[in-house]
Order: sequence, then C-alpha cells, then structure tokens
Amino acid sequence: MGMTMTQKIIAAHAGLPEVHAGQLVTAKVDMVLSNDITGPVAIREMHKAGLNSVFDKNKIAMVPDHFSPAKDIKSAEQCKAIRDFAKEHEITHYYEVGKMGVEHCLLPEQGVVGAGQLIIGADSHTCTYGAVGAFSTGMGSTDIAAAMVSGETWLKVPEAIKVVVTGAPSNKYVSGKDVILKLIGMIGVDGALYKSLEFVGDGLAHISMDGRLTIANMAIECGAKNGIFPVDDICQAYLKDRFEGEMHIYEADADAEYVQSITIDLATLEPQVAFPHLPSNTHAIGDIDKIAIDQVVIGSCTNGRIEDMRVAGEILKGKKVAPYLRLIVIPGTQDVYEQCMKEGITQTILDAGGVVSTPTCGPCLGGYMGILAKGERALSTTNRNFIGRMGDPESEIYLCNPAVAAASAITGYITNPEEV
Amino acid sequence: MKAWKVGNNIDTDLIIAARYLNDASDENMRAHCMQDVIPDYANTIAPGDVLVAGKNFGCGSSREHAPIAIKVAGTSCVIAESFARIFYRNAINIGLRIIESPEAAQAIDQGDELDIDYDNGVIKNLTKNETYTFEKFPDFIQHLVAAGNLLNYVKEKENK
Repeated sequence: MGMTMTQKIIAAHAGLPEVHAGQLVTAKVDMVLSNDITGPVAIREMHKAGLNSVFDKNKIAMVPDHFSPAKDIKSAEQCKAIRDFAKEHEITHYYEVGKMGVEHCLLPEQGVVGAGQLIIGADSHTCTYGAVGAFSTGMGSTDIAAAMVSGETWLKVPEAIKVVVTGAPSNKYVSGKDVILKLIGMIGVDGALYKSLEFVGDGLAHISMDGRLTIANMAIECGAKNGIFPVDDICQAYLKDRFEGEMHIYEADADAEYVQSITIDLATLEPQVAFPHLPSNTHAIGDIDKIAIDQVVIGSCTNGRIEDMRVAGEILKGKKVAPYLRLIVIPGTQDVYEQCMKEGITQTILDAGGVVSTPTCGPCLGGYMGILAKGERALSTTNRNFIGRMGDPESEIYLCNPAVAAASAITGYITNPEEV
Repeated sequence: MKAWKVGNNIDTDLIIAARYLNDASDENMRAHCMQDVIPDYANTIAPGDVLVAGKNFGCGSSREHAPIAIKVAGTSCVIAESFARIFYRNAINIGLRIIESPEAAQAIDQGDELDIDYDNGVIKNLTKNETYTFEKFPDFIQHLVAAGNLLNYVKEKENK
C-alpha cells in the first residue's frame, strides 16, 4: 500500500521504511514551537518533573506574540518566563519584541521551517507549515515540554482526505481564505477530525504561498491533524534563499489511500463569510443580506502577510472608513510592517481612518487591541468566530478574506469588494 | 457522580476563554472554567461529577489550560461522542480521564447518576439502570498514563 505525503514524512522521522494509518510511532522533531501562553506552562511542567535541559537549542522556537508587547503585569510575567528560559538555554529562534511577529507568519518568512520537516508547536495553528511541505501539527504544553527535552514525540499516523483544487479563479477577490472557508463549510468543524488534508490539483498553480499558508493555517478548524501542499515550483521558489535547512521533497505515492476526496473549483468560488459562531457556518458573499458591523480586523496568523495587506490597501486607497467603525490592521511581522510602509499601504490605511498596530495576536483571541463590547459585531480576517472569542460572550464575529474586510470597513456592513 | 450534559463543539474558548490565559494558576483556571456554558461551574458541580458532551469536545486552541481547568474544577471524567484531537492528547498528558463513547454520550441525560469502572471499561447509569461499555486506551497510552504523566514517562526513558 502506498503512502500519502504526510505518512512519508512521518515514516522518515520515525526511522521506518513505511507506516500505515492508525499506527503509533515515535518520531524525531525538527522544530518545537511555543509562545507566551503555552511556553510558560511547558517550562513549569518541565521543572515540576525535575527536567531542565533541551535536546537542541537550534531546534526550538519561542515567540512571545499572543499578549505581547505585554498587555498587563501577568502577561509580562509570562513573556519573561520564556525570555528567561531562552536566555538560559541560548535558544537560537527566540524573537524579542522588535523582531517578533505572529509566530505562524514569522517562522516561514524567516526560513525557520521548510519542506520535509516534522514540526510540532504548542499552538493549534502550527498546522500552517504544511504550506511549505512540512508535516506540522499543534499539541499542548506538556507534549512540547517532552519534545524540547527529548527531541521526540509520539504520533498516531493519520488517515488522509484528498482536497483537489481545480480551475482558475474568475473572481479577482477570491483567495486562499475562501478555499479553506468553503472546505470547512462543506465538511464541518469536525469533518477532518484526526485526519490529514492533502491539497493537490491544477488549481494550486493559482494559489500563492501566502494563500497556501492561509489554507494550511485553518486546517485545524475542521479538526484536521495537518494540511499539506506539494513542494511545487511556487513553493521551491519561496523556500530558495530563505529556508535555512535542507529541503526534503516528499510526494504521495500514486496508490496512496484516501478516505475521502473533495473537489473545490476556483472558477465558481466566491468570497466566503463564516457567520457566528462556527467557522463552518459559511455563506457566499453574493448570498448575504446587509449586516452592519462595528469593527474590522485585518491581520493574524491567518491573514497577516504582505499580500493580505496589499489587497486591503488597494481597496482602501482614497476611501474612508465608515463613521463609528473601527478598522484595526495588524501586519503579521516586522518585515510585513516595514514593507507596508515602503509600499505606502500604511499611509493609505491611516488616510482612510484606520489604525495600524505592531505585530501581535491581540484581538484575534480576545487578548487586547480591539476587544468587543456586549452586542457588538466584528468582521475579521482571523480564524475563529467562537462565542466570546474576541470579547463579550454576547458579541459576534464574522470571518472573511482581507478584500471583503477592507470593502466592508468602507461601507459599514458586510460588502462584496466588487461593489466598492 | 452526577452527569452535566453539554452540547456539540464545546470549544476551548468556552472551556477557558483566552482572556484568562495571562494567569495559568489553578485558582484562575478553576474560577473561569466553563463559565459561559455552566456559570460558576467549579462551585456548581460536586467534586467527582462528570461532563457529558456531544461531538468534537475541546475543538479550537491547543491550550492545555482547557483540560487542566476541567480537572482542577473537580471534574472526574469527560464522556463525549468525539473529542478534538489536541484536547484528547492534552487530557491524557495531564491526567484528566476521558471516554470517547457515542452510545454513552447520547444516552446519558442531565443529572443522571453514573458509576464508571475504568479497569473494565464500563459506565453504569444508575438513574436509567443502563450500562455502556467503552474501549480502554491502547497499551502505549496505558504505559504513559501509568507513569503519571508524559514528562514522568520521558524522564523514565531518559534515565534508562
């Protein structure tokens, strides 16, 4: 029986010629990630067990991004916990405020993660790195603590769902976000539970690396263990001169087994909006009635990359944000932030009446920098619209791509970008 | 032990909202556990009570704070039709008992009195006079659980 791309990467890291779905294996890890929320718990658990060593200081990444720059004293203590640990163990990939970005924007951009790697992170959106041809998945702090000490983790080899992306977009505002929202809408928030999503098809030629990072990022929102893309020319061009490791390219066998195959046709795809309170509650932009909004957020590990900023800038150029609406734009990394300044995107947003923040996860998880009051409604390019995610339990979140978000910031209600 | 029934897709923000994650202490976890689903959860349930949920319990974030909060609030076990995978791992790793059983999760109603035999994989519903069986963990996981938690397991392996 052939193996999927995911299974091949797991087999290689488990030192096995082949693995099959359902098999439990112990695998070597190439990168272990944590942040200012999950890192302190991992360190606490390590110390509680009387352990205080790391397997390889070059294979651990720690990024204070969730409540950082520190939003209050307790957050400052959590940031300090990972800073102290990084200092003590001379962790190579620790990023201080000023170099820091939203972790899943930062690590691919900085070439810390790449093709063929096995990556685990104490953050559910660690699955983002499937876009660069890695097996990567989110785990909890204790798993991450164990891997930081031992360099290994246990895994159950997942079954796979093949997602065939076909055609070319006919709507210029269709992006990676719409592909993944459409998919989650089709299969539900547990539609890929415990499974890998393997993206293939001629349509991938029309999806940029930033778009693929967005798609892989939200694989977790349908319960998937990971989402992975072939290492094609687009991916190799991205990794070249960027990825600091050695590229290992794995391809699925022709006779690899998939439990399900799903096709998404880009030609007929419209921008998607996920209604409260689940990412699977999706509607095409053309089917939506007038829904007034109080706040728009553009950013996050899902849509905080330069292409996201560019499309927002293009739509906002020469326009004004609707009265009483807050537009909060958060470039995902310092490099994205700087590029926005160079390209005049920052000025465009300021002229429109929006604000531009330093990189942080901030409002996405209801941390700070744009919390919602009772009864308020946000439209956001982030990844979750759960009850209370961005503030009061009686607030609402709608999810969309950056074009829809920018267009809606101008009109004050959820708007098709083709109409502004 | 009494059953507390909740619905499908109870996400990690409902279990412990991110706004409380700037303080990982047991007291803080206990105070805000499940607050938007069952207000004042830790003081409402009796120690040892069981959460009974629908599909995809614990979906969303990787925060280990979620199973920790449920555990320190006094919950002895979570029975669900299915669990989100990161929550499932985390629960095992921190020593919160979980049982995946669509049969039990569907049959049990709010307030039912339960008795769980973990060694033999049997849930007794004393209110309804029914029993449900569940699959025990595979050997690999049992070794891990026997070590107390994942880090003790790693430590034992390192010391070999």
